[in-house]
Amino acid sequence: MRKGIFKNPLRRWFWLFLGPVTAAFTIGFVWPFIQGIYLSFCKFKLIRNATFIGFGNYVSALKDASFMHSFWYTALFALTSLVFINILGFAAAYALTQGIKGSNLYRTVFFMPNLIGGIVLGYIWSMIFDGILSRYGTSILLETKYGFWGLIILMCWQQIGYMMIIYIAGLQAVPEDMLEAAKIDGATKTQTLFKVTIPNVMPSITICTFLSLTNGFKLFDQNLALTGGQPFIIQPDGSTIKTTEMLALNIYNTFYNSNSASKGVAQAKAVLFFILVAGIGLAQLAYTRKREVQQ
Amino acid sequence: MNKQGTLAAERRRKTIMSVVLAVICIIYVLPVLTVVINSFKVNTFVKTDTFAVPTGEMWAGFANFIKGMTFGNYPFWNSVKYSVLITVASTALILLFTSMAAWYIARVNSFFCKVIYYLCVFSMVVPFQMVMFTLSKTADSLHLNTPWTIPIVYLGFGAGLAIFMFVGFVKSIPLEIEEAASIDGCGPVRTYFSVVLPMLKPTMISVGILEIMWVWNDYLLPYLVLDINEYRTIPIHIQYLKGSYGTVDLGATMALILLSIIPVIIFYLICQKHIIKGVAAGAVKG
Repeated sequence: MRKGIFKNPLRRWFWLFLGPVTAAFTIGFVWPFIQGIYLSFCKFKLIRNATFIGFGNYVSALKDASFMHSFWYTALFALTSLVFINILGFAAAYALTQGIKGSNLYRTVFFMPNLIGGIVLGYIWSMIFDGILSRYGTSILLETKYGFWGLIILMCWQQIGYMMIIYIAGLQAVPEDMLEAAKIDGATKTQTLFKVTIPNVMPSITICTFLSLTNGFKLFDQNLALTGGQPFIIQPDGSTIKTTEMLALNIYNTFYNSNSASKGVAQAKAVLFFILVAGIGLAQLAYTRKREVQQ
Repeated sequence: MNKQGTLAAERRRKTIMSVVLAVICIIYVLPVLTVVINSFKVNTFVKTDTFAVPTGEMWAGFANFIKGMTFGNYPFWNSVKYSVLITVASTALILLFTSMAAWYIARVNSFFCKVIYYLCVFSMVVPFQMVMFTLSKTADSLHLNTPWTIPIVYLGFGAGLAIFMFVGFVKSIPLEIEEAASIDGCGPVRTYFSVVLPMLKPTMISVGILEIMWVWNDYLLPYLVLDINEYRTIPIHIQYLKGSYGTVDLGATMALILLSIIPVIIFYLICQKHIIKGVAAGAVKG
């Protein structure tokens, strides 16, 4: 009965309500995605003269030393930044939920860098690092370790405030009576933190961990602007490894900087990258589901 | 006595924490301050005396700003114009059409609706690099490569998160309100605009904030889609100044960076509550 009076009139308005999004979504996502999968199996210079070659591009991508280097570099970066951002973000959130005067001001300041775009962030920090390093006669572009830790510092500055907001929401949801009970039972602050607070904010910790992991893997703008992959190492066989180049930038460079014959390889790399990122997303989903069942 | 002791200790602990936080806070603002002082500094000193306050011969006044405005044969003002146009148009388009679509999806719930919905959820885990080449070619062949048409591309690529958040909210609205409207003789279009849309306001603000932040700061999508000799957004412009070969005028670059983050910071200070709430909502759901 409900359906009779309500659903049918709306159905007739399909083109107005769902039409625009369906059309734009097809242009902006569905078609490029399908075409991208197809082209990863092709050799092409222009899309219209693509020829099917099977898994050749994937073999070339996995044999590409610069791609494998960027994978390990990205993984190392993502894990390191995950640890730093989450510990510091949680610490900030914990400190700001203790009822200290001026907490709102601190929260405002810590979150602020999150609104600045990646390109601008990269150039701000490249100026700062070079300002420091030039005193020792070097530059962030000259050593891989400077580029790595520089990007970690940059990402901490940008993301700590973001994770802090999620952790604050989690901490505020910890039941007050549980904390009270722990206090009455004579638990110390540290005991309360590890035995009561942290188990209660596990959902926030899961969200933030996966969020910083995907952010680390997908990083592009900051990487491009801070070091752009420098310093470079020329391999014995003539190819170049850009030591601070992350996955997204490697794919970009394969598409647009190398000779046009490698576009198929670049698309194959992009598909592998997609599988990796989507895999992390699925792992998060599975993990959250499992926890929900347990509870 | 003992209780007073713990209270005093507690107060001392809070004071120490407060001081530590204040110091961290100052460290946090330093990068922005560095941008400010360097935007008034003569270019040659930016590299050598990055952290010095510009006085005497280092002081450049507003020369960097004037230079930056016309730097690189492209007027900065045009970038500002295009950035504002693209951000406003894309956000408006996304808010209007995805909320309409989300209402339709939640209420009709046909097979096709489910397909669209799950595709949207799926699109949220797809990184941009996966589609960047084919998307820019598709946009090119459909002439979506101008600031006036690129919002359609944003609507397409950004629909996922918006649809997901709106559908989640619409499902929590009781059907009875809409049924009452339809009994009173409202057609679906009127029901949507005068009954459903006003109820969506909180989600609209959250989604709007997320989209504004994304589109305003986005570099790669407009760089690949737009004809960059004619149309540059602010991030593209800054990347061009700094990333191009030859000598880079750091002073002028910092002046432009300062100009581009001032509006963002003002926007943040005005809508702080909404921004923090919107970002948290997007993170928890995404």
